[in-house]
This record gives sequence, structure tokens and C-alpha cells, in this order.
Amino acid sequence: MASVAVPKQGGYSRPLILEWITTVDHKKLGILYLYTSLFFFAVGGVLALLVRTQLAVADNNFVDNHAYNQIFTMHASAMLFLFIIPIWAGFGNYLVPLQIGALDMAFPRINALSFWLFPPAGIIMFAGFLVKDGAAQAGWTAYSPLAKTLGTGMDLWIIAVAILGVSSTIGAANFLVTMFRMRAPGMTMFRMPIFCWTMLVTSVLQLLATPVLASALTMLFIDRNFGGNFFDPNGGGNAVLWQNVFWFYSHPAVYIMILPGMGIVSEILPVFSRKPLFGYKAFIFATMGIGGLGFSVWAHHMFTTGAVLKPWFGFMTFLIGIPTGVKMFNWLGTLWRGQISFEAPMLFALGFISMFLIGGINGAFSAAVPVDFALHDTYFVVAHIHYVLFGGSVFAVFGGLYYWFPKIWGRKLNERLGQIHFALMFIGFNLAFFPMHLLGLDGMPRRIATYNDFNNWQALNMLSTGGAFLISLSMIPFIAAVVMAFMRPKDQPNDPWDANTLEWATTSPPPVHNFDEIPEIHSERPLFDLRHGTNPGH
Amino acid sequence: MAAHGATATQHKEPMSNGMLGFILFIASEVMFFGGLFAAYFIARADSRQWPPTDALEQMKAAGTAAQSVELKLEVALPLIATCILVLSSFTVQWAVMQIQKGNRTGLIWGLFISIALGVTFLTMQMYDYSQLTFSSGDTVWATAFYTLTGFHGAHVAGGAIFMSVCLVRAMGGQFSAEHHEAVEAASFYWHFVDVVWIALFTTLYIVG
Repeated sequence: MASVAVPKQGGYSRPLILEWITTVDHKKLGILYLYTSLFFFAVGGVLALLVRTQLAVADNNFVDNHAYNQIFTMHASAMLFLFIIPIWAGFGNYLVPLQIGALDMAFPRINALSFWLFPPAGIIMFAGFLVKDGAAQAGWTAYSPLAKTLGTGMDLWIIAVAILGVSSTIGAANFLVTMFRMRAPGMTMFRMPIFCWTMLVTSVLQLLATPVLASALTMLFIDRNFGGNFFDPNGGGNAVLWQNVFWFYSHPAVYIMILPGMGIVSEILPVFSRKPLFGYKAFIFATMGIGGLGFSVWAHHMFTTGAVLKPWFGFMTFLIGIPTGVKMFNWLGTLWRGQISFEAPMLFALGFISMFLIGGINGAFSAAVPVDFALHDTYFVVAHIHYVLFGGSVFAVFGGLYYWFPKIWGRKLNERLGQIHFALMFIGFNLAFFPMHLLGLDGMPRRIATYNDFNNWQALNMLSTGGAFLISLSMIPFIAAVVMAFMRPKDQPNDPWDANTLEWATTSPPPVHNFDEIPEIHSERPLFDLRHGTNPGH
Repeated sequence: MAAHGATATQHKEPMSNGMLGFILFIASEVMFFGGLFAAYFIARADSRQWPPTDALEQMKAAGTAAQSVELKLEVALPLIATCILVLSSFTVQWAVMQIQKGNRTGLIWGLFISIALGVTFLTMQMYDYSQLTFSSGDTVWATAFYTLTGFHGAHVAGGAIFMSVCLVRAMGGQFSAEHHEAVEAASFYWHFVDVVWIALFTTLYIVG
């Protein structure tokens, strides 16, 4: 096994700040991604609290319409483009080379470029608050013709999202080449950890879908600044065209936002059930299925335009339920008769499974065209997206942080605080978002700055606001756990969880060169084999 | 085909990481142009007339388009430009074949001629723009025309810069029969730009 002593790199030392700014090490870049995207998670969270404060009571004027539109637009834009998508790049950067037994990513300098495009894009997007007429106000979907009429903040938003698109496109190419070419001897494609597989499919989606978003943003920019008519019916253009090109990216993008989360959960469940993942290959093919089908369902966001082939897109959307259902059975089968222990990572993984199940089912509701006509643009859709992206992705993010914290920082997060964090977040999440189903079914439209107290809407909204503040409260035990962990020495062994994958074969944190020695790889669980001997049946 | 020489040598060892990454990058570029083409065809399918002269007449009546605007393209000059760009694909491939044989002088000349042809194409495109009566705001057709050809032109310029970097490196003696990956990458990019133009020319000038 790996020795603890790390040879000192080079004969000189650099100031720490210079070291972090110039680094091309995938682990340092991964940590930078994690810190930056968690920062934007906090910013997006504050914006969410502003939204919920405004909506807490009926006929409220805590913020005016103009400010409200900026706040909800920037909340979604920050959470999607500056938090969830880049934080997967953070986990991926840190873990993919370690999990496949590589020294680094295939293109370390392009990796650094991918990261360093990200913070400036965030700054540009938020600079919208400083210009006349404020930040973008057209929602994260930036529908035309509304998006054409807004002020400079909209242009800043377009530029920021385009830069982020470049960042994730070149990042995706980097991940793909890394996984195709940099695997350790014995690490065949079908022995790669599930997290790597989900990153692989995510990277394919990013590589092929993000450029289409770039083309959509280009057209919007031309419409706004060079008198273009792509989306303007006055010049023969078509407003629905924007929806087509935008959703061609943005539907695959929701899988970009969830697939690595599924990968993280599929790493955690086997470790804390003390069983291999049930149906490893089925999971991989299901992931590919979701990725492939993801390109054929974009128009289910556009049923009410009447301009799309509704039976086809409804049918294809229902089909996605099949590979997603396969994964549910992968996870349940893994838990079945396992020796389950409920450490914090496992709690978040179980939270993911249960909440994502609700998010999947209420999504399937809206795939039915007649149901969608009733639910379109109501709070039901807001409930759906949050059950998938918060109940799904965010729970996976925290599960991943608790699980890999000992590897990345060499210290363990306090177990008790982790449990409190989970309990508060789980309750707060359901309080915040479950009432939105009822509000949506009752017809409350999304993206409105205020409402009348009709049919007890205020009570449900108040509940939701309370839940949102409970979620923010749940960050206190998390931050306390992080602070406490950093006050302790780095005391974690290579493999504190008795885990399965290669990143646990090296020290915590790993040396610059990742591995002193890579164990032989005979299956998708090289560390299990190392502890228990190789099973020839694999 | 000219590509035979390249594939024959690549059989010996697998493609490098850099080349694989570059091909993935080109795949993303294909999707970018795919988005623009899709927009063009959706706009075309949604219009009663194409070019949308009815929309133009309405704009003229509303005073948002000048009376002199005509949605009309001349084929002759772009056809010559197309031939020039297609020819440059052959010359850059010839350059790759020369360096595969270790002929550095051939590489330098092949790159030089390809760059010259690319610059000629761009010059002709700029002249063609100057002769058009419509501007980017005169109906969705004009917007799509300038966006598609403009972005293509930017890619031609990018490819010419890429080949120029290769040319400078070639004159510095940095390439040999074994090491000339950048040249091959530049040629891939140039072929891609060429293929996009053939699709564009067919769509805009022939299909209409």
C-alpha cells in the first residue's frame, strides 16, 4: 500500500496564493471548483430567501416587481449555471483521475482554463445588478421576445452563460479523453466506477448540447444588439424558435445536472450497504439511455405553444421513466439485505433516492399532454424542478461532500452534526417544496411577484417560506462541522469507509502524483478485492 | 482520396490524446453550426415565402426597412469563392502528405498556398457583403444569412491563423515525418470549415 511520506516536489516553494492561481493539478482545480460553486450556492440561496420572503404573505411589497424579476432570474441562473453544473466538474476533476488510477487529467492546462473561465463568468452575470435597469429579468430560460426588450443586464447574462458554455464544453472534452485514454492497466471501461460513467455520459451531453446553447445565445445577442430578427415576428422571425434551440440544450442540461449526482449516490450506497452495486452494467446502460433519450424530449417544455408534435414528445418523455426506473431498482437492489449503516453520506444518499423518486413521478405527470396544459407555468413545475435538482442533485452534493471530505481534506466531518444537517435539510426541503404541488394544482402561476390570498394560498406559501429558512438553518451544522474538521489535524487513513474504488487506495489527501502504487485491478471494486481477495467470478 | 496517406500512418499507433481531444472539439463545433442551421430551417419552414418578401414589404410599409432593400443573392462570385475554398482543402492535405514523407519544403509551400487561398476566400466574401442591398435587420432571412456566413467567415479566419502558426513553426523546422500533429489538427479543422461552407453554399445559394 501507499506510504505516507510524500517526496517534496521541486527544490523551491511558491507563495500559496500563486500556487493556487497557477496550479494545473486536477485535485487543486477540483477544490477550486468546489469552493467557487459552493460560494455561488450561498449567493443563490440568499436570493431564494429573498424570493420566499416576498412570497411569504399575500400582497406583499418587500421587493417591487422589477427587483423580484431580477432576484428569481438570478437565483435560478446562479443555482444552475454557477453551482450545480460546475460543482460536478469539481467532483469530477478531483475524483475521475483518482478513480481510474491516472496521474492527472489528459489536458491539465485546458483543465485550468476551464476553471478560470468560471469565476469571471459569475462576476459578469452578477455585474448585471450594477447596470441601469438591473440584472437579467427573463428567467433562466430567457424567452424571447421578452429577453429582447430588457436592458444591459440581459447582455451580461448572455455573455456569462456563453463563457460558462465554453468552460464546460472544453471541460467535457477533457473528461472524455481522460476516461478513454488515461485509465490504469486493468481498468477496462466496464470496470470504471459508476461515478466516472455518469461523468462520461454527462460529458457527452455537455460536448454535444452546450454548443447548441451557444448558438441560441448568439442568435439572441444578434437580435438584441445587431437588429436581428431570429425571434422577432415583426421581421418574419419566430419566438418559438428560441424555445426550440434553448430546450435542445436545456433538456439534456437537466440530465447534466442530475447524472453525476446519481453517480455519487451509486458510490455511497454500496459502501454503506456492504454490498456491490446491484446491476452495475444495467446502471451504465440506463445512464446511456437517459443521455440518449435526453436529446429527444426537449419540446415537452413547449406543449402549450401548440407548435410541436405533442404525441411524440409526450411518448419519448414517458420512455425516460424506463431507464430511470432501472436505476431505482439498482439502488433498491443494492440496499436489499445489505448491512446498512446510517452515516451522514448514506443519509443524504437515501434522501436523494426518496426525493428524486417524487421528482421523477411528478415529472411523469406533466409528460402527459393534457395534464401539462393544466400544470404548465404553475408552481407544480417549480415543485418538480426542486424535487429533482434540490431533492436530487443538492442532496447528492452534500452526500458526496460528507463521503469524500476525508479523502480531499484528510479530516472527517462530525457525524452528529452531519445527522442534524440532514434532518433539518430534509424536513426544510419538504416543507419548502411540497406545498408548491398544491399551489400549482390550485393554479398559482410561477414567476409572479405577489398574489392574492385566494384559497388559502398564503398559508401554503408561509409554510414554504418557513421551509426555505429551515434549509438555510441546516447550513449552520454543516459549516460548524467543516470549521471543526479544519481545526483538527489530518488524521484520516487511506480508506476510512472500507470503500471499493481506487481513490481510497492512496493517502488522504493524496500526494501530488496521486499514487505511490496502484493495486491490481480485476473488477469494478479493486479495493474490495484487495481486502478480501480477488473473486474469479467477477 | 487524399486522406489515404494519413490513415495508413495512423494504423501503426493509436491516435494521440491531443488529436482525440481536437476531434471532440470539432464535434462541438459541428453542433454549434447545427444549432444555427436548425434555426435557419425552422425559420424557413415557418415562412409563407422564402426569402420572406412578404415580411420585408410589411417592414418597408412600417418604415423599419429601407425601400432599396432586395432579398437577393448573386451566385457567381460565391461559386468562385467556393471553388477556391475547396481547392485549399486539397492543398492543405497535400501539405500533410509532404511532411508525412519528411518533405519540409513541401509542407511550407502547401501551408502557404492554403493560407493564401483562405485569405482570398475571405476577401471575396467581404467584397460580396459590400454588394448586398440588405443588412442584418432586414427580415429573419437576412439575419440568418449574415449570422451563418459571418460565423463561418470567423472560422475561416481562425483556421487561417491556426495554419499560419503551423507555417511559422514549419519554417522553424519544428515538424518532421514523425512529429507533425499540429499540422494534421489544422488540416482537420480546415476540412471541417470547408465542409460547413459547402453545406452553407448549398443551403443559402442553391436551395435558397
